[in-house]
Amino acid sequence: MIGRVLAALLAVVAAPAAAETIAITNGIVAKGDGSEPIQGGTVLIRNGRIVAAGTGVRIPAEAQVIDATGKWVTPGIVGGFSRLGLSEVDLSADGSDDTSANGPFSAAIDVVPSINPLASTIAVSRADGVTRALVAPQTGKSIFAGQGAVIDTGADMDPITRPRLFQFVELGEGGAATAGGSRSSAHVLFRNALREAAELAGFARPIAVRRQRSEDVLLTRFDAAALVPVLQGRQYLFVHVERASDILQVLALKREFPSLKLVLVGASEGWTVADRIARAGVPVIASAVNDLPASFEQLAATQSNVGRMRAAGVNVAIGLIDDNDTRYLFEQRQYAGNLVALTRIPGATGVSWGEALAMITSRPAQAIGMGGEIGSLAPGRRADVVIWSGDPLEGSSAAEAVFIDGVRQPLETHQTRLRDRYRYLPRRDLPEAYRH
Amino acid sequence: MMPRWGALAAAVLTLGGCAGMEAKPKPAPPIHVNEDPYPSTYQRYPGVLTVIRHATVFDGDGHRYNDGTVVFGDGSIIAIGGPEVPSPAGALEIDGTGKWVTPGIIDVHSHLGDYPSPGTEGNSDGNEATSPARPEVWAEHSVWPQDPGFSRALINGGVTTLQILPGSANLFGGRSVVLKNVPARTTQGMKFPGAPYGLKMACGENPKRVYGSKGNMPATRMGNIALTRATWIKAQAYKRKWDKYYRNGGDMPERDLAMETLMGVLNGKILVHNHCYRADEMAIMIDMSHEFGYKISAFHHAVESYKIADLLAREGICSAMWADWYGFKMESYDGIKENIPFVHNSGACAIVHSDDPNGIQRLNQEAAKALADGRRAGINIPDEVAWEWLSRNPAKALGILDKTGTLAPGKMADVVLWNGDPFSDYSRPQMVWIDGALMYDMNDPKRRPVSDFELGQPGEADTK
Repeated sequence: MIGRVLAALLAVVAAPAAAETIAITNGIVAKGDGSEPIQGGTVLIRNGRIVAAGTGVRIPAEAQVIDATGKWVTPGIVGGFSRLGLSEVDLSADGSDDTSANGPFSAAIDVVPSINPLASTIAVSRADGVTRALVAPQTGKSIFAGQGAVIDTGADMDPITRPRLFQFVELGEGGAATAGGSRSSAHVLFRNALREAAELAGFARPIAVRRQRSEDVLLTRFDAAALVPVLQGRQYLFVHVERASDILQVLALKREFPSLKLVLVGASEGWTVADRIARAGVPVIASAVNDLPASFEQLAATQSNVGRMRAAGVNVAIGLIDDNDTRYLFEQRQYAGNLVALTRIPGATGVSWGEALAMITSRPAQAIGMGGEIGSLAPGRRADVVIWSGDPLEGSSAAEAVFIDGVRQPLETHQTRLRDRYRYLPRRDLPEAYRH
Repeated sequence: MMPRWGALAAAVLTLGGCAGMEAKPKPAPPIHVNEDPYPSTYQRYPGVLTVIRHATVFDGDGHRYNDGTVVFGDGSIIAIGGPEVPSPAGALEIDGTGKWVTPGIIDVHSHLGDYPSPGTEGNSDGNEATSPARPEVWAEHSVWPQDPGFSRALINGGVTTLQILPGSANLFGGRSVVLKNVPARTTQGMKFPGAPYGLKMACGENPKRVYGSKGNMPATRMGNIALTRATWIKAQAYKRKWDKYYRNGGDMPERDLAMETLMGVLNGKILVHNHCYRADEMAIMIDMSHEFGYKISAFHHAVESYKIADLLAREGICSAMWADWYGFKMESYDGIKENIPFVHNSGACAIVHSDDPNGIQRLNQEAAKALADGRRAGINIPDEVAWEWLSRNPAKALGILDKTGTLAPGKMADVVLWNGDPFSDYSRPQMVWIDGALMYDMNDPKRRPVSDFELGQPGEADTK
């Protein structure tokens, strides 16, 4: 099996596919920018980028034409917040899981070396139309988890789209526990960390050991130096909080540290302070449908959270926060569909179909300043395109063709191979192990 | 069954043999132990005679009525059929045009109440992980009826009945309890009247991890099996003792709560719900059930059932499965998205289960995904047949199919009116009835349960 998958993979890598011109014609095209789907649309790809999407697109003679009649065509799904590629198996498979961070470093950690592009979780995500993902490290002994990346799910050995794009910090219940048992402690640790970063920022080369730091420091030099770009607003700061008061505490950090480029992660109670999040102009990556008071920081959880924040003017994307974040990225489109369902429930607040799709494509990209690069079918974007058997917000629909940077991807996985092996059970001349 | 009849026959012979002997002092007649000391106090709430017309109806037994009619009153289904079914005089008529009617969903695997929200240590009551064999514990003694999760399962999931199981840290986790999803002050007030008890068993990683990490048995899969067999051997001896007592009377043997539960299994009164992932382990558990003379009602999680679906069909064992979970632990590594339709296609009993307070809110959508994956693999199961995974088959595994699980006349009126195709992500329950009582109405904020825990909290009366 390994041989076959690798062979398929290498074939894809070897093909000069990125230089191709591809026209996907006559599909139901949804651009991922919040607009509603267009019937009979064409998506034109050249050199790995989107040239045009919509109706009246002129198809060049050299284009390879793919007829998508009856199919839906969208940008690839973007995993809004995940641990994709960090863990092959989450429990009891020593060595296959890189999500823990209990070593001596924290903010300095870069998630990139942990990402395995051949992880089965990446293949399964790709086969379900997920083409990019925001990947965050997980906290260990510090409130800072380290630096997260944007990856693609392509069947090649170069998964990193953008390394060290954001720093991830826990300032809710999780942060309080790590900090010694209170949010107050977590906030002091946070401020102290930025103070130490500020000192290093004053040095010509923050990492260089020639300049002596103050004596009262808690962070290693690497960790403090890693926070310099956060402090200076050159790197996003993802803050996981759920409780309304925690959200306000995070928004207040902007007064103290005006350069911070904040993104709220979680924000289950965000709807109760949605106007203040909107005024602060801070984007949110939220769990779509968690509606249980699963912890005391989520007492006001409701499936209407996303819709209400959106209605208040907050830029909301959907992610997997504490929700099987290493592997079930395929659930995002089902969750997005559920948000559309809420528009028919009196008293609930949902989102339009176009906005729901945007929340799993362009909104996460915009939250990290990559809206011009990924997440929609607007001209110039990377050609991450999926042809679906039906409405992609129905879990019952499947990805039939997946392009990443204009390269058509293999959709075979460990799971599809098992499916084919065990489709028919009657005994044959040789054991099942010979069916491959 | 054979051993029981054999034992009875032996009893008759023994009595015959005694008759001619010297008269001894007659032993005291046996006193039967109360097998229902925490009885259900559930009482259905009042409902009105109701008829739903012009809906797409799945009866849960594989049939579909495109212009369907369902009539229920006095807690029970009265009639089901097409437009020809008359509306009884005085019935409340609901126009189901563009909507779907199904039996209420039954989740055969839930931990609501024993692992409730909020998930704090003080509320964590699902695993008596102090010894690998704890058949003496009963899940109903852990269930917190104020778990807000029950209401979400009702209003978002259309779940009307659910089995609460102990966790899987133990080889023998304890007894399960089957509940009506009707809020009550006590767990007894939710207990499904007449539902048999279940016994939670587990194989695989969990027991060996929990105890092996403490340096205790079991630390391996072979340890799991050895300890489970050893426990069944004790249970057989216990059963022999009590069979003799119930036959002959005399001094009552000392009761042992753990053994009492296992004897209930050997007597066919308590149904085995066996947490098991891998095909090879399920096959071992099947042999074990033959070795000791009990029946496995369902394998739970069963991510590799598709590899032995023929065996499961032959044995008449249900598989309670997720649509697409995989890889979260080593024994779930071979999960595939076609597991449910493959099991169904082999003629075995397939069930969609949740094991999750979020997943229980969209079991219909999970079934929809599995159904679609099956069709893409060439297995064309009609929607109305697939609904069996959500109500009929779980009812069968729980031993309550004679009472609920389909919309057959005479059964409990556990009914969901969906505001669209229930196999769509865009559909939700519009109205839910349990025993004919309207427990949820999308359009009526007063027909929505709010747990004690949520009163006065932010978002208390929200739609959730």
